[in-house]
Amino acid sequence: MAEMNIVQAINNALELEMKNDESVVVLGEDVGVDGGVFRVTDGLIDKFGEERVIDSPLAEAGIVGTSVGMAINGLKPVAEMQFSGFIYPAMQEVISHAARIRNRTRGVLTCPLVVRLPYGGGIRALEHHSESMEAMFGHIQGIKTVVASNPYNAKGLLIAAIRDPDPVLYMEPKRMYRAMKQDIPDEAYTVPIGETNVVKQGDDITLVSWGAQMEVAQEAIESLGNVSVELIDVQTIYPLDYKPIVESVKKTGKCVILHEAARNFGPAGEIIALLNEHAFTSLEAPIKRVTGYNVPFPLALSENYYLPSAYRVAKAIKEVINY
Amino acid sequence: MPKTVKHKFEIEHLQILDEDGNVDEKLEPKIADEDLKKIYETMVVSRVFDQKAVKMQRQGKLATFAPSTGEEAAMVASTFALRKQDWMVPSYRESPCFITRGVPLEAIYIYMKGSEEGSRGEPDAHNMPVSVPVGSQPLHAVGLGYAAKLRKKDEAALVFFGDGATSEGETLEAMNFSGAWKTPTIFLCRNNGWAISVPTTKQTAAESFAQKAIAFGIKGIQVDGNDVLAVYAATKEAIERGSKGKGATLIEAITYRMGMHTTADDPKKYRKEEEVEPWKEKDPIERFEKYLRKKKLLDDNYKEKVWAEAEEKVAAAAKKSEEFKAGHISEIFKYTFAEMPYIIKEQMDYAQKTWEEENNG
Repeated sequence: MAEMNIVQAINNALELEMKNDESVVVLGEDVGVDGGVFRVTDGLIDKFGEERVIDSPLAEAGIVGTSVGMAINGLKPVAEMQFSGFIYPAMQEVISHAARIRNRTRGVLTCPLVVRLPYGGGIRALEHHSESMEAMFGHIQGIKTVVASNPYNAKGLLIAAIRDPDPVLYMEPKRMYRAMKQDIPDEAYTVPIGETNVVKQGDDITLVSWGAQMEVAQEAIESLGNVSVELIDVQTIYPLDYKPIVESVKKTGKCVILHEAARNFGPAGEIIALLNEHAFTSLEAPIKRVTGYNVPFPLALSENYYLPSAYRVAKAIKEVINY
Repeated sequence: MPKTVKHKFEIEHLQILDEDGNVDEKLEPKIADEDLKKIYETMVVSRVFDQKAVKMQRQGKLATFAPSTGEEAAMVASTFALRKQDWMVPSYRESPCFITRGVPLEAIYIYMKGSEEGSRGEPDAHNMPVSVPVGSQPLHAVGLGYAAKLRKKDEAALVFFGDGATSEGETLEAMNFSGAWKTPTIFLCRNNGWAISVPTTKQTAAESFAQKAIAFGIKGIQVDGNDVLAVYAATKEAIERGSKGKGATLIEAITYRMGMHTTADDPKKYRKEEEVEPWKEKDPIERFEKYLRKKKLLDDNYKEKVWAEAEEKVAAAAKKSEEFKAGHISEIFKYTFAEMPYIIKEQMDYAQKTWEEENNG
């Protein structure tokens, strides 16, 4: 066991998988000598050389598009987008090719790549650096999207993503990169993709979240004192493992969903629809959403206006319980 | 301080076989007689396949088809230069390239009829499937080549795209990456004059597409795209360069799209027949016939036989494709992921049940 923050856990996962499997390569802008703008890939170039830790030209479509070719020809590329908000030029490669190569060739060719995406607000960054676009990713057929929330699942989900036979978008809560430490196993382990995690049992209400908002959820629960909240970390946006959420809501009868992404057409809407289909008769109150607002993510001085807070979450929980 | 000239560039143009079938013997590539005949036969099959496809589309037997008539030399001779281990990376017009690589004709028809079964391909055949979004596939060729290099495998990748695709950012990114990484990539730009209805003069102010290579530090060359020998020689040389670690090549093959962009448009709306007429004289198959005739590899009997056999092969493939039916409804779900998540399995079961209710009462 070693105490690690999220940056160290991801770095450790990359190092273990690169040692374990020669076909794993890391590529992106500044991932080599500089070790990445967040230092996530720090030291890898010294251990594995510049052919496997590639300081690529500055072009996101190029990074993902070449990764598609590499993956088809036997490598397992782990591409880094410096910030998730810079992936848009590469979306054609993600949507039109990475996601579809398996289907297009009936499984003869496959595309096992990973794109790492530092996402979310709260670090006083420039414009385009703070969005949470999991709803867009989760809507792409043939792509898996996972979100880490702590050092333990950051390591386990990344190793699972690298070993997955299909393309995975791996979202990293950059606000939490160094905000928490956990004792995590030294060896490689996986947190399975497609498994929702019930973090804390409770009887009064179900609180569903993921990523950096898991921290906000915990704060809200603490502030509520003796309300028994069942806390769920979705971990995989898609393919969504909705059954544990349904089981939980059948038990509690109440639910709040918390995400940092804007509300419109967001993942909370999807989860509510699934609860409507599978747990309608168990519901004792309308489900509430605590989310970002339907506005462009504000610049640094105003980002706290936008970001969900423990206060907003606790308020929603109280409203649902007192319905 | 006077201005100085920092760099000067030249773009070579290569023609080995002229329109009358005269060959420049100094440049003539060494191709075995059997291979010359094979190239000819493949071009003929491609032409017959193409014309049949347009007819089939008109009869409602194919969904949409992008014809390649007139571009056979650019496609067949370049693909023929590949070694077995090299990758063929097409856009959507390259039926002749699939044919050259030995893909069954009916598979191409089945894909164009509307089934992914037709683009299944074979494991280890090193053919990429059709790529529809213009300019999105050159990057794959660079990645394929990078992977081959890292895995110490001598595999080049030949990627096809049209003149229009040179305006796409991803095509230019691919050339840039190939330069920076020195990958064994051959970019084959089929300059066929038209991007649907837009002529090359509206596509770029550059004097050639080949010169775009210069900016990326890769080799650029322009060839007569209707000259089998020039296309073959340039591609062969590019493969050798890539294989020796000397990097990528952009080949601009000047040719002409004799037909429509796809069966969904009518070229009469945007170009004059007078423009098409002179290109008929430059037909790549006829030109190659003249060469083969001079080399005593082709006579009327052989020619007749080749065309008759092509007709037979194409007819048999068309028949097979006509018999092909959509698979079971579950097939559309099966290949989304390696392992089917239950959220998709539930949909598949529902889809199957409701489809049966709706259609079998």
